[in-house]
Amino acid sequence: MKVKDIVEKLGLEVCSGEQGLNREIEGGYTSDLLSDVMGNADENHVWVTLQTHKNIMAIASLKELAAIVLVKGYKPEADAAEQSNEEGIPILSSEEEAFELTGKLYELIKA
Amino acid sequence: MHTVLSPCGDLEMSPVNIVRTAKERGIDILGITDHNSTLHAPLIKDLAAKEGIMVLMGAEVTTKEEVHCLCFFENEQLLAEFQEYLNEHLPKIPNDSDKFGYQVVVNKDEEIIDEVDCLLISGLNQSIEEIEQKVHSLNGLFIPAHINKTMNSIISQLGFLPPDLNVDALEISLHTTKSEFLIKNKYLKNYNFIQSSDAHYIDNIGNAWTNFFMEGLSFEEVRKALRSENDRKTELEK
Repeated sequence: MKVKDIVEKLGLEVCSGEQGLNREIEGGYTSDLLSDVMGNADENHVWVTLQTHKNIMAIASLKELAAIVLVKGYKPEADAAEQSNEEGIPILSSEEEAFELTGKLYELIKA
Repeated sequence: MHTVLSPCGDLEMSPVNIVRTAKERGIDILGITDHNSTLHAPLIKDLAAKEGIMVLMGAEVTTKEEVHCLCFFENEQLLAEFQEYLNEHLPKIPNDSDKFGYQVVVNKDEEIIDEVDCLLISGLNQSIEEIEQKVHSLNGLFIPAHINKTMNSIISQLGFLPPDLNVDALEISLHTTKSEFLIKNKYLKNYNFIQSSDAHYIDNIGNAWTNFFMEGLSFEEVRKALRSENDRKTELEK
């Protein structure tokens, strides 16, 4: 499963980091505490959160995540989007809440 | 510390009781920081002034990221301007006092003169950077609170302190020491720290403190001490 596949199947908006849409997804993690994500997310995970601060990109880069999905229609802060473009780690946005989105992502990825 | 105005602040935390206890315990400077509200600070400042105690008037603000930050202002006018900002940006969620606690403002005779309707422990719809900029535009002090904690600290919420965030100091809670904290957070070794009681109950007032080395009790002296300027400094108890 590639990032572009979840974009298509879940109707996500690509906010930034478009050049990373071919990244491979191997799992996911849902959390809004960045300290928790730092400790528990794994490489090539897609991360579901409502945090939009630029530190999300630092965590994504450090953990080599596949992509970040913002819920409830949230958009990244400008400096987060900028770093996402530089690093090619996409930030996506969904109109759905974390519960629904995580459920759908899980169904897609586990297959 | 908190007062009875914070939903989690004990009913005994009235301005009169706080000042009396601070006096008994030999405290020279008190920081008054209710959750997202400044309304009790001016009265405590007036009561404390009669006892020779300086009050840093402010609030413990919850950012959009749910980071708690201490914000202090030099006078009532700047404080009132900041209160307007809080009123504008705090979500209008009603407080259920049975679940969260009372949010009351009292006078010097301990009579309730106001009750705040909006739940004060919500997060503002403003980012930590926006709040920091607002505080500094009002010439205030901005100090991320209890940064060692695993909830509502800048480290729990944002993973690490953004290096370009303009802070006047960092606060640690009484559950750690600066040296213990720095073992896992070496990148913060050049910051100045304060440690405070974060008292919600009368008995906890003065359970932790910071020593300020300065030329007198004033807001500007406190700022210089926090920033280690002109030979002023702060020191924590070991």
